[in-house]
Amino acid sequence: MSNKEKHWEKTKGLMIITLIIWFVFGYLIFMFGSDLNTSSFMGYPLAYYMCAQGSIIAFVVLIFWFANRQEKIDEEFGFTEKEDD
Amino acid sequence: MFKGNFIDNLPKIYGTYTGGFFIFIILMAIAEQAGMTAKTIGILFVAFTVCIYAIIGYLSRTVQVDAYYVAGRQVPTVFNGMATAADWMSGASFVAMAGGIYFGGYTYMAFLVGWTGGYVLVSSLLAPYLRKFGCYTVPDFIGTRYGGNFARFCAVVVLTLASFTYVTAQINATGTIASRALSIPFELGVWVGLVSILLCSMLGGMRAVTWTQVAQYIVLIVAYLIPVFWISNKAGFGFFPHFMLGEEVARLGALESQFGLVKNAAADIKAAGVPGGLKSIAVSHAGVPEGGMAAWKFISLALCMMVGTASLPHILMRYFTTPSVKAARKSVAWSLFFIALLYTSAPMLATLSKISLIDPNLPTGIIGKPIAEIMQIEWVNAWINVKQAFIADFNGDGILQLNEWFMRGDVVVLATPEVAGLPYVISGLVAAGGMAAAMSTADGLILAIANALSHDIYYKIIDPKADVRKRLLVARALLIVIGAAGAYIASMRITSILGAVAWAFDFAMSGLFFPLILGVWWKRATRQGAIAGMIAGLASGTAYLIYVYPKFMGNAPWLGIDHLRFGIIGASVCLVVMVVVSLMTEEPDKATQQMVDEVRVPSGKTILGKQH
Repeated sequence: MSNKEKHWEKTKGLMIITLIIWFVFGYLIFMFGSDLNTSSFMGYPLAYYMCAQGSIIAFVVLIFWFANRQEKIDEEFGFTEKEDD
Repeated sequence: MFKGNFIDNLPKIYGTYTGGFFIFIILMAIAEQAGMTAKTIGILFVAFTVCIYAIIGYLSRTVQVDAYYVAGRQVPTVFNGMATAADWMSGASFVAMAGGIYFGGYTYMAFLVGWTGGYVLVSSLLAPYLRKFGCYTVPDFIGTRYGGNFARFCAVVVLTLASFTYVTAQINATGTIASRALSIPFELGVWVGLVSILLCSMLGGMRAVTWTQVAQYIVLIVAYLIPVFWISNKAGFGFFPHFMLGEEVARLGALESQFGLVKNAAADIKAAGVPGGLKSIAVSHAGVPEGGMAAWKFISLALCMMVGTASLPHILMRYFTTPSVKAARKSVAWSLFFIALLYTSAPMLATLSKISLIDPNLPTGIIGKPIAEIMQIEWVNAWINVKQAFIADFNGDGILQLNEWFMRGDVVVLATPEVAGLPYVISGLVAAGGMAAAMSTADGLILAIANALSHDIYYKIIDPKADVRKRLLVARALLIVIGAAGAYIASMRITSILGAVAWAFDFAMSGLFFPLILGVWWKRATRQGAIAGMIAGLASGTAYLIYVYPKFMGNAPWLGIDHLRFGIIGASVCLVVMVVVSLMTEEPDKATQQMVDEVRVPSGKTILGKQH
C-alpha cells in the first residue's frame, strides 16, 4: 500500500470514529429522552440539559479533537502543508 | 505591506472596536439618565452600528478576483470562526430561537441540536477537502470534480433555490427591526435594510463581508449575553445562569402542573380575535413527550438540520477563505464554539423569561392576577397595542390563566429586558444585535448566490474570456439584482420566518449533500450520477413538500415526515439515484481519479489555481 493509501485509510478511520461519537450525542441519547429525563444533572432534567448544553458542548470538543487528530495523521505520513503554501 | 500589517493587527483592531462599542453603550446609558427618549436611543443604536459596518465595507473594497471571491485566502482561524458564526446565526436564531423554546420546550430544542451537530459533518467530511480544492464557489467544486457545464449548472440551481428561500426571511427580519427601531413602515424598512446589507458587501465582496461579519458577531453576542446575565442576576436566579437555573426549570414543571397545560381550541382562538402568529404556552418546558413517534420527530428534525448545515453553500464558502487546509479544520471548531455561546444561552433566556412571567410569587409574574390590574402594566399595554401580545379571558373570571395569555415568539427576546425592568438602553442594544444577526446572514447568502451566478454561470459558461474588471462588474450588478428581488418578495410578506428557514436546509440537503461528499469520498462517482442525483433529489424533495404542506396539497405526512423534514425524502432519493447511475456509467477517467487523490491530502498545490 502506498503512503497516500495508508494516509487515507487512517483518515477514514478517524472520520468513522468521529461520526460514531456524533451519532451518540446527536441521535442515540435522544431516542431515550424520556428515560434520561428521570435523572438530573446540575439540577436540570438530563434530556433537557443535553439539548440545551450537553450535546452542543460535546460537538465543540469533538471537532477540536478531530482537528488535532487529523493533523497528527497528516504529520505521520508527511502530508503537512508548508507554511508558504 | 499594508495587508500583512492588517492581518497581524486584527486582534488590536477588533479589540479597540469592542472597547469602542462598550463606550458607546455606556454613553447611551448616561444619555438615557439625562432624559434622552427611548426612540432616539433605538435610532442611535441601529444607525451607529450600521454606519460602522458600512465604513468597514468601504475600507475593504477590492479590484482583485481572489480577494473578491475568497477574501484573498488569508482570514485567520479564529476570526473566520467569528465571521462564520455571524454568517450562520440569522435573524431567526437571534430573535426567534428563545421564543421557539419558550413555546415549544424540549421538542423545539431539536433545532439547537440540529443547528450545531451539522458542523461535525462540515469538519470531518467537507471543509478541509473543499479548501484543498481551491474553488471560489460550491458549484465550482461540482463543475470541476464531475466536469461539464451541466453539472455546474445543476449545482447553481440548487444553491440559488436554497439560499434564496433563506435570504427573503433575513431581509424580512432586517426590515422588521429597522422599521421598529427607526419608526418607519415595514415596507420602507425592508429597503433600508437592503441598502445597509449592500453597503457591507458590494465594494469588497467576500473580503468586505468577512470583516463586517466579525464586527457584527461582536455586536450580536454582546447584545445577547448582557441581557441574559443581567436579568438572571437582577432577579436573583443566579450569577451564572447556564449552570444555576436547575431550580427554575423544576419550578416551571411544578407551575405547569399547577396551572395545567391547556391547548385552546382553534374556534375559541378565532372567536376571541387573537391576532395571527400569537401563541399561548401549551407544551411542557423540559418534559419529554412519550412514545417512539415523538422521539423520531425529534431525531428526524435534527437530522435534516444537520445534513442541511453541511450542504448550505454560504457556510461552506466561508472555509474557502482560510490560509490552509489545517486552518480550515480548526476554523470549523472555532465557528461552533462562537455559535455555542449564543445557542446555549437561548434556553436560559427562555427559562428566565417564562419564569418571570408565569410565577405568581415573583413581582414580574402576570399569570393568576386580575386582568384589569395587568392591563395597567406599561409593557403589556405597549405590546398589546402593536398586536404582539393579547389577552383573551376565555372563562370570563377576570383572572389571567396560563392559556389566556398570548404573545409572539419574538417578544421573548425583544421584551424580556423590559419585563425584568432593565433600562431601555438594553432594548436598544438588543435591536442592534438583531439587526447585526439578520444583516450578516443576508450578506453571506446574497454573496453566495451572486458569486455562483457571476463566476459559474457568467464567467465559466457564458463568457470565459471576460477580463477581471468585467467579471467584478457583473458580480456587483448581480448582488444588487438579487438583493432587490429578495427585498421585493420580503416586502410582500408571504413567508413566516421559521418555515422558510427550515426549507432552505431541506432544499440544500436534497440536491447538494451527496454530490458534495461523494465527490470527495467516492472516486467511482461519475458526472452522470451527480447530475441525475441532483435533479432527482431536488425534484422528489420539492414534490414531497408540495404533497404535504398544508397550504399546498396538505396530505398526511408519511412516517411523520412533514414539510419541515422533506429533505429526508430528497436526500435519500438523491443518494440512491446517484449511486445507481454512477455504477451504470463508465468510471471517471484517470485524471479525475488523480484529482480526487490530490484533494485527500493537505500538502501540495490546490487543484484550481490561486486566480481562476
